[in-house]
Amino acid sequence: MDILSIVTQLGSGMLSTLSIFFLTLLFSLPLGLLVCFGRMSNWRPFRKLSKDSSSGKLVSGLANFRPVQWLIKIYISIMRGTPLMLQLFVVFYAPYYVFGISINSSFRFYAVLIGFSLNYAAYFAEIYRSGIQSIPVGQYEASSVLGYSRAQTFCKIIFPQMVKRVVPAVTNEVITLVKDTSLAFAIAYQEMFTTAKQIAAAETSIMPLFVAGVFYYIFNFVVAFVMERVEKKLDYYQ
Amino acid sequence: MKLLEIEHLKKSFGSLEVLQDISLSVEEGEVVSILGPSGSGKSTLLRCATLLETMDGGKLAYCGDCICENNAYGQSVYVSKKERQRIQSRFGLVFQNFNLFPHYSVLKNLTDAPIHVQKRNKEEVYAEAMELLKKMGLQDKADYYPCQLSGGQQQRVAIARALAMNPQMLFFDEPTSALDPELTVEILRVLRQLAEEKMTMVIVTHEIDFARHVSDRVIFMDGGRIVEQGRPEEIIDHPSNDRTRAFLQKIQR
Ligand SMILES: Nc1ncnc2c1ncn2[C@@H]1O[C@H](COP(=O)(O)OP(=O)(O)O)[C@@H](O)[C@H]1O
Ligand SMILES: [Mg+2]
Repeated sequence: MDILSIVTQLGSGMLSTLSIFFLTLLFSLPLGLLVCFGRMSNWRPFRKLSKDSSSGKLVSGLANFRPVQWLIKIYISIMRGTPLMLQLFVVFYAPYYVFGISINSSFRFYAVLIGFSLNYAAYFAEIYRSGIQSIPVGQYEASSVLGYSRAQTFCKIIFPQMVKRVVPAVTNEVITLVKDTSLAFAIAYQEMFTTAKQIAAAETSIMPLFVAGVFYYIFNFVVAFVMERVEKKLDYYQ
Repeated sequence: MKLLEIEHLKKSFGSLEVLQDISLSVEEGEVVSILGPSGSGKSTLLRCATLLETMDGGKLAYCGDCICENNAYGQSVYVSKKERQRIQSRFGLVFQNFNLFPHYSVLKNLTDAPIHVQKRNKEEVYAEAMELLKKMGLQDKADYYPCQLSGGQQQRVAIARALAMNPQMLFFDEPTSALDPELTVEILRVLRQLAEEKMTMVIVTHEIDFARHVSDRVIFMDGGRIVEQGRPEEIIDHPSNDRTRAFLQKIQR
């Protein structure tokens, strides 16, 4: 079996891999920002309780309770603390086993997207958070004295500086994502790796897997190149 | 006319009383220098006046417009956010470490807030900003980024950025402390020029000579209180308070 016919057979799998990759980024990059806001939320609905001092431990604990931050912390720790493959299973099978909704096979694609996006959003959120927290407090103070609103301060001053700071860490995650797309085989979604395995088994040849490996490598090479350009582009200051 | 009025300002961080009963008013055109050992509450005073910290007790007003006033329990109560935003543009603050926006060019640092906060006419703002840069000797640096400038140049940009808002008065928190001596001189020159133009200024500084020659009034702070204030010759050359004397001796050596 020659390389050309392997590549042709892998072709549609490659397209699936590419679409998982781009759609996951499209959803998880902004979703990560939302999660990051939740993680940094200081909303304390019971704050007023401890106004009249001399309150007990329980009351002051309740007063300091930040429900949004707490929920997001749990979400992030689950996303980071369990295997992505397991998360894909849960997203794919939960509708049937938990809610009794019958699933057709086109749901595989959506399950992969939902699983990946939720997982990567958690990682991106933590990256964004460290980026935001690394910005000197003087930037907020200067913005405040110049009269910028909170929204203006974030959009004009903090966010652009955060983007520059997080590019290297985001690059790492994006490269991991390229390789992680192969995990979609766990719920039998036909991306390239699944296809390669099937051809390899049918032809009893290692060649298809080798071609798949080369594809991932080239893909990541391109990703690294693009991200380097982005980094260069942001190099105009400091 | 009194541009700034502070009455019985109190501020604590936890159990630490940083400012205890500070009263201070500044007349239009006046240049006031604040001296005092580190930790005496000078920065906190400026931060309360510029709304970076909220006061625990006391009154703060610009040109008679109250920002906060005591309630019946002696706690400061602030006016609405909208009113604060309106009064905000009457003063500017220059920081010790400049705090320029690193991702904006020098010109954008000066023009962004006047255009997007004050909603002023773009052309007008740009023209004014170029004037200011010329005055600071930075007309050829408009398209540079802060990281391409020396500390002294960055601080001049920061001063120009504050001036671009057309404030009625400016606060400076140790504007030369992060600079080498030869760069300090260029900032002091700018401040002197502003004083000659009758810009109202409150300057926290350790430059005794500068304070003596440029300011109309010198305030000495220690332990969260104003210990002594008066004309620079009185305070700096003939301090009546022991703590002022000790501080001046230490700093002049
Ligand atoms: N945000 C803060 N939290 C707790 N303590 C603070 C804070 N800011 C200042 N302080 C304390 O307040 C005191 C006065 O500080 P500061 O106003 O910076 O003095 P100065 O500018 O005269 O050196 C110091 O003891 C300092 O540790
Ligand atoms: Mg200070």
